Order: sequence, then structure tokens, then C-alpha cells
Amino acid sequence: MRYMLLIYADEASMPAAPTDKTYEISAAYGAYTERLKNSGAWLAGARLKPTQAATLVRMANGKTNVLDGPYADTKEQLAGFFIIEAEDADAAIAWAERCPGAGTGTVEVRPIWEHTM
Amino acid sequence: MQDGAEVARAAAEGAARQSYGKLVAFLAARTRDVAGAEDALADAFAAALERWPQTGVPQKPEAWLLTVARRRGIDAVRRRLTSEASRDHLRLIAEEMEARMVDEDLPDERLRLMFACAHPAIEAGVRAPLILQTILGFDAATIASAFLVSPATMGQRLVRAKTRIRETGIPFRVPERAELGERLDAVLEAIYATFAEGWSDPAGTETRRRNLATEGIWLGRLVASLMPDEPEALGLLALMLFAEARRVARRSTEGDFVPLAEQDCQLWDRTLIDEAEALLSHAATKAVIGRYQLEAAVQSAHAARRLTGRTDWMAIRELYDALHSIADSPVVAINRAVAVAEADGAAAGLAALYVLGDDKRLADYQPYWAARAGLLARLGNTSQAAEAYDRAIGLERDPAVRRFLQQRRAGLGGN
Repeated sequence: MRYMLLIYADEASMPAAPTDKTYEISAAYGAYTERLKNSGAWLAGARLKPTQAATLVRMANGKTNVLDGPYADTKEQLAGFFIIEAEDADAAIAWAERCPGAGTGTVEVRPIWEHTM
Repeated sequence: MQDGAEVARAAAEGAARQSYGKLVAFLAARTRDVAGAEDALADAFAAALERWPQTGVPQKPEAWLLTVARRRGIDAVRRRLTSEASRDHLRLIAEEMEARMVDEDLPDERLRLMFACAHPAIEAGVRAPLILQTILGFDAATIASAFLVSPATMGQRLVRAKTRIRETGIPFRVPERAELGERLDAVLEAIYATFAEGWSDPAGTETRRRNLATEGIWLGRLVASLMPDEPEALGLLALMLFAEARRVARRSTEGDFVPLAEQDCQLWDRTLIDEAEALLSHAATKAVIGRYQLEAAVQSAHAARRLTGRTDWMAIRELYDALHSIADSPVVAINRAVAVAEADGAAAGLAALYVLGDDKRLADYQPYWAARAGLLARLGNTSQAAEAYDRAIGLERDPAVRRFLQQRRAGLGGN
């Protein structure tokens, strides 16, 4: 099955300028991505820019409504994702446990719809 | 006082249930579609419950169920299934099963199914109901009445949990050694919850709930037989058997509640106690202690009164000390305080209870107030004892226990 690991973190705790801490985190993500790739589980993954760079688009009555700012005002924001191939929920959860984001925020594990027809 | 027909019915039901659970497990383990597997077998299971008591249990019960399932329109069921893929899957599996059953027995995958039902990604409260439904074939209404929720709510929770097993990709497998302990705990906890629900209705006035204790033991036996080297699985079964052995003694002939200390040990079921003792000593040879073994050991100490005429409260207190250190819970703490009171005096017991005073969970917990009331009464503090009895009485839902507490309160004298 394919799963998406959605990494949520508190943006406010991430300083704007790079520090030793941020270098450490990107090194950890580099190693994690490497492990995913070596095991053959990696399908895709990316880090997202902060929600202040987000734009919301809605269509209603044929009119486009474009807004700036994050979708929801929550404590943790979507900060990045991986798409992985895993045997089952246990395997996906095991990858989520190892994800650096699990230590600093929350990793949501979501199965991806598969086309069976 | 069972007559022949009753015995035949019980045997047929037992066999139907064994086969039903095995078939659901076998089908579901391959498709992860628990609901689909249940649908495919529902009619056949109902037919077996109706026919087998008369005809006797067939030579190959699983083959019988599968044949009836096919004849009664497994195709109709397949049409109801949501996805084309699972329909084809079910057909292939049914063919595979029939081929296999010609010359060998169906592999028993009920343990894997139980581990899927008690997976951490499944809400804890629905794990026991899910096991009752998939392994034993209970319908949602029966489970709902046992767990005191509405049938609609229970039905929804069961459907949601089964959908989750399929959609989330929860595996049907017995976990590896490293994670087995925690995962087995969840399975055992669900089984114990089943037993405890039935146990809380000792008078047996509600048949469905009384049966739950029996079903809990049945599941406990199943896990113990499938994992004969897991000391905690053996410990849980021993614990349930010790408790079950005292069922009759828990009520007087008038239906009044009889506390453990006042029970007539001649009424205890010796066969069950002997079986529990044997399980516990076998578990001890594995040299891995755990919660259920310790709780069973406490029950064993109580059961020894049958032979020695006295209760070794020092030993019981030590067992609760050990339990307290590995599985701290308010329930354990209260039982430990009661043991302290018996071993070291009421004042020491009350002190052990007061340490818990801040735990909010205790405010609505009947045994806490009953224990507190009993100890205060022994120390001659009647007014506080009366208050504590009032709290306990207000929280108790079993009328017999409520009467018992009311009598104790009346016996305080004064107010």
C-alpha cells in the first residue's frame, strides 16, 4: 500500500535564520530520506515553506476567491510530507516513528486511495 | 441439570462458533475485509446454529459452513460488496479454501484476527466488542446490551472499526518478539474486559451479561491454547478461572451479596481452582512475571483458605506491592490498601487509601468509597464512615451489593 506521512510542526518554534539546530534537523531529514530510498520505500517527499507563504483558492458560483494565509489557525502546521510504499499499517507506522518530525511535532499516517478497477 | 438436548445444543453451538471464527479469520486475513467475510458466512452460521443441535456436528464443520455459504448465495453477498476487487478476491479465496479442505484442516488464523482487532490504531473501547463479533459471531445488539450502549452506537462503532482495518491496512499478524508484549497486552485486556463485563452481574439476572464471563473464559482458553508459552496469556486464564470458581458463593440463597471473606469455600468450584493453579504454576516456569500472573496469584492466595482455613494477608500485600510497581492503577492501589489494612491494621490501610486522595478518578469509584467506609468503621469513626457508605451506595448499580452496603451503614449505629 502507499501511505502519505504528513509532518506537522509548530512553525513559531522554528527560527527564520539557520542555526545549529536547524542544520541538525536538515541533516536528520537527509539521513532519513536516504534510508527510505535505500529500502525502496521512498516515492516522494518535500519540505513546505511556512504557512505565511500559503494562498487559499476557492471557487463559488463561478467566482474565484483568492486569500492569503493559512487554511486553519492551529497550533501545528503542515510542514512537509513523504509518500512511501509500505506493506501495511505497521510498516508505515514504523517509518513514521523514525521520521525526525515525530520527535518535534506530529506525523500523521494516511493511506492513499488505490485504483482497483 | 442439563438434559440431552441442552448438551447437544451447547456442543453444536461451540463447534459452530469455532468453525465460524476460523472461517472469518481465514477469509479476513487475506482480504482485510472483515465485514465481507462476516457477510459471506452469516447465513451459513445461522443455519449451523439451527441444524447442528438436531443433526449433530458434521465431520468437517468448516467445509459444511462454506458449502452452505456458497449454496445460500455467496454470489448475492458478493454483489453487495463494495468493490469489484474484493468480490473476485472472495471467490478466489473460497475456491482455495475448498481445495485445501479436501485433504487438510483449515489453518487457525484467529490469533492474527485478534491482534488486528486489538491493534493500537483501533480505538481501545471497541477492541473487545470487535473480537466478540468477529471471533464469536455476536451481533451488534447483543454486544451493545452487554456493554450498556445503544445498539445503533455499537453498530456504528463496529462498522467504523472494520472499515478502518481495511482502509488503514492493519495487518493480520502476530507481532514480532520485540513488540509482542505490548500488543499481547491489548489482546488480553480486551478479553479481560469481556470477562469483567459479565462478572459485574454476578447474580446472572441478565443472561447476556452473565454469558460474557463465559465468553471471556472461552477466548482466554483460545489464546492460551494458541500461545501456550506466553505466561501472561496463561495468567489471565488462571485469573478468570479463579474468579469464576467463586461465582456461586458470591450470593446467598436469598440473593444477597456475600463478601469474599465471608464466603463458604465449600461452594467454590474445585475443578476450576485446580485448573487455574496448574496454569499459574506452568506460567511461573517461564520466569517472566506480569500483571495477570500477579493478580491470579492473589486469587490463588485467597483460594488457599479452602485448605488452610485462613487468608495469608502478608503474602497478598506483597503481591499487591509487586503489582503496584509494574501496573500502577487506582484499582490496584485500593486493593493494596485493603491488604495493608488486613496485614498491618485498619489505620495503616486508611493511610494507604488517603495517599490516593487526590486522584480524581476515585470520586466516582464505588470500591474506593466502600473500602474507605469499612476502614473508618473499624476505627470507630462512624460519622465519616456513614458519609463514605452513602457515596458508595450512590455509585453502586448492582442492587444486591447496594443492599449489602446499606446494611453495613445501618450497622454503624448512631446516625
